[in-house]
Amino acid sequence: MQNSQRTPGVVPGRLDQATYRQNFDDLHAPLDTHEARVAADRCYFCYDAPCTTACPTAIDIPMFIRQIQTGDPDSAARTIFDQNILGGMCARVCPTETLCEEACVRQVAEGNPVEIGQLQRYATDHLMAQDPHPYSRGAPTGCKVAVVGAGPAGLACAHRLAMRGHSVVVFDAREKAGGLNEFGIAAYKAPNSFAAAEVEWLLGIGGIEMRYGQRLGEGLSLEELQEAFDAVFLGMGLAGVNALRVEGEEHAHVRDAVDFIAELRQADDLSVLPVGRDVVVIGGGMTAVDAAIQSKLLGAEHVTMVYRRGRDRLSASTFEQELATAKGVKIVLNAQPVAFNSDDGKTVSSVTFAYTEDGPTGLVASEETFTIKADQVFKAIGQALSGVPGVLETEGGKIVVSDSGRTSIEGVWAGGDCASGGDDLTVTAVANGRDAAEDIHMALTGVTAVAAE
Amino acid sequence: MASLASEFVGIKSPNPFWLASAPPTDKEYNVRRAFEAGWGGVVWKTLGSEGPPVVNVNGPRYGAIWGADRRLIGLNNIELITDRPLQQNLQEIKSVKRDYPDRAVVVSLMVPCEEDAWKAILPVVEETGADGVELNFGCPHGMAERGMGSAVGQVPEYIEMVTRWCKQNTRMPVIVKLTPNITNIVYPAEAAKRGGADAVSLINTINSITSVDLDAMSPEPMIDGKGTHGGYCGPAVKPIALNMVAEIARNPETAGIPISGIGGVTTWRDAAEFMALGAGNVQVCTAVMTYGFRIVGEMISGLSSWMDEKGYSSVSEVVGKAVPNVTDWQYLNLNYITKAEIDQEACIKCGRCYAACEDTSHQAILMKEGRVFEVDDSECVACNLCVNVCPVEGCISMRKLAAGEMDDRTGRNVPAEPGDWTTHPNNPAKVIAAQ
Repeated sequence: MQNSQRTPGVVPGRLDQATYRQNFDDLHAPLDTHEARVAADRCYFCYDAPCTTACPTAIDIPMFIRQIQTGDPDSAARTIFDQNILGGMCARVCPTETLCEEACVRQVAEGNPVEIGQLQRYATDHLMAQDPHPYSRGAPTGCKVAVVGAGPAGLACAHRLAMRGHSVVVFDAREKAGGLNEFGIAAYKAPNSFAAAEVEWLLGIGGIEMRYGQRLGEGLSLEELQEAFDAVFLGMGLAGVNALRVEGEEHAHVRDAVDFIAELRQADDLSVLPVGRDVVVIGGGMTAVDAAIQSKLLGAEHVTMVYRRGRDRLSASTFEQELATAKGVKIVLNAQPVAFNSDDGKTVSSVTFAYTEDGPTGLVASEETFTIKADQVFKAIGQALSGVPGVLETEGGKIVVSDSGRTSIEGVWAGGDCASGGDDLTVTAVANGRDAAEDIHMALTGVTAVAAE
Repeated sequence: MASLASEFVGIKSPNPFWLASAPPTDKEYNVRRAFEAGWGGVVWKTLGSEGPPVVNVNGPRYGAIWGADRRLIGLNNIELITDRPLQQNLQEIKSVKRDYPDRAVVVSLMVPCEEDAWKAILPVVEETGADGVELNFGCPHGMAERGMGSAVGQVPEYIEMVTRWCKQNTRMPVIVKLTPNITNIVYPAEAAKRGGADAVSLINTINSITSVDLDAMSPEPMIDGKGTHGGYCGPAVKPIALNMVAEIARNPETAGIPISGIGGVTTWRDAAEFMALGAGNVQVCTAVMTYGFRIVGEMISGLSSWMDEKGYSSVSEVVGKAVPNVTDWQYLNLNYITKAEIDQEACIKCGRCYAACEDTSHQAILMKEGRVFEVDDSECVACNLCVNVCPVEGCISMRKLAAGEMDDRTGRNVPAEPGDWTTHPNNPAKVIAAQ
């Protein structure tokens, strides 16, 4: 039987196939050649460009845009990949509105930046559509490096290590590479299995062996890796989730948003994915927004995202917030959950929230409460480090690293979301992985990459 | 409201906007549509002698260069004069002039450099009721290989001779169209005047190759793997045309000769600039070939509004208004000293002024903490490059130093009196004031 948006409970098939396709299609259609030339022409080729400074991977943005403008998208793509081998995914998922495009002088001047993200996608798509892989493996050094985690940090690290001639083995807990690119971000940001295609393209450099189903702390130990390899890079992200500790959390259909998103990303047929009629998402970050929007796109009638602090503390960007509200998500601020209620004692039926006040002593729940109907609840209050060997020094739930990614243990580097410093973004993870690889290369060979070139 | 009514060598038109001799004026259909759109006059596409008409290439005859978003900046053509029978053109000219008596209809001519050829064609044109003739001594491609067009226009003696023949054989006003493909535009203009020309019109197109097909290794436009130089026109040539118009307007030998300004006129402002430099009217081609005849509406309203705003009541008041201010380098006031000044409020911090000055000029712009760009007066020579490369209009301007103010670059105070090269101490040929 075909369900509709008004069907109560957590059910699949609320929409027709055409609507699913439309809802989960590319958020931004790619630029065609003429559009790219016109968009590129708006770039002023700034001196010591603020966009480049704002990019965690320091892509020479004015240069690649000029290369597009002069009809050479392949060189443009190389300019991008030289700094960021996952430039294709970053073009799709980077919050450009808070990075390069926010820094663009035309954003400052006119509120209308050069479309850097879209131009990056135009260039990288152009080169990635061609064979062979544009980089080749360096002359073998005889060194072996273990990379834990096949997400953005691990992949960027592995690729750069292969470029420098090292043999790399990448271990990942899941059965598929990509990390959050594959399991964590909203589907409409990278449709058509782009994450998987990008991994395959990246591995085209050669010299990188993938081993799946290998989780650190579960059959895979840091000591073993240190023994078997010349260096170890840890880029396993934040596999755990923060606990909410609210009464009634055990009721059915109260779950972690990351699991819902991963399931959605791996689904071949979105119409079999169940979703509630009244969905409540708790949290204020990108994961919360992605879960809220995708619930709506799956056909939920009402989706409410509730964040315990004010708008100024929402980590989701303005663009993300506006996208959410445009898709019909209601955002409620300054409220925290106090109870998950259940009519039948088994499945969740509503959530009671208390309004909060951000005072000098921290967040305080007020006496005033309200209840929102909910047949499905997603918790998105942050991820946490898990499975990290106790020997590594951590601080604030992150592995402590130096600028070049060195941990407190010699021969072990770390980067990406699991390591300290920087925002938890794909682009930051890529920068961490790349820089750690260069530092590993220097440590193993005593040669800096610059000197070798 | 200002009157745009124009009278050029006795030829009256409701406005000073004519269509130049070119594809848009090759036939009655087009010219009628142009007049309906509001054009003041046309110069009919060049007629040749009686006999089998010329033929054109059957592949591309235009090439172009573009700016952002494919805005057409320059057009090049290898089209020849009209390829339609002479009699057909003459009948159409007569018919149009009869129906539009208030519009200017001038006929462009190009026949062999023999008096008989000119004697033959002038009377038949006169019979159409046309208001005048324009001698095409300008086209640089095709016809020039046959001793016509710019092949005549490049030899002042020929210009003078043919012009004289025409003046002797017609009562119609004779306008001589000049080619820019010469060393000094003043010589052909003087020759036209000596021959008795009523006016000159300029510029015709500039010899050019617009681009090269790097796969076929052939110039564009490409005809079966080969290309030839064509005539360049459109917005890109306007600065060249403005200078040539001004040179004729200020040359003592030619001063006062009526000039019909041609070359990249696209907007009312372009037209006003040509007229300020001495053009009595303007002729337009590329702009209509790009946008169609309707643009004349903008030209009429724009020129009219501007004239009202400035208090000009007739077009003739504008003509030549800027000519007295066109001078030689040697007479420029070297005591006029300016310094670039950056409006920090308007600055968007792109740093283009810095890159331009630091890399290619005088290292007179400082980049300070927080991307603040400031001018170093002790290095600034006021070259204006920063103004030109700045993407924000009005952000960088030139401030004139007052008399007595110190120029930090030279350490000298600005003299109160003007001083030019003719009296400068470094000039070995300086004029010594009478003792």
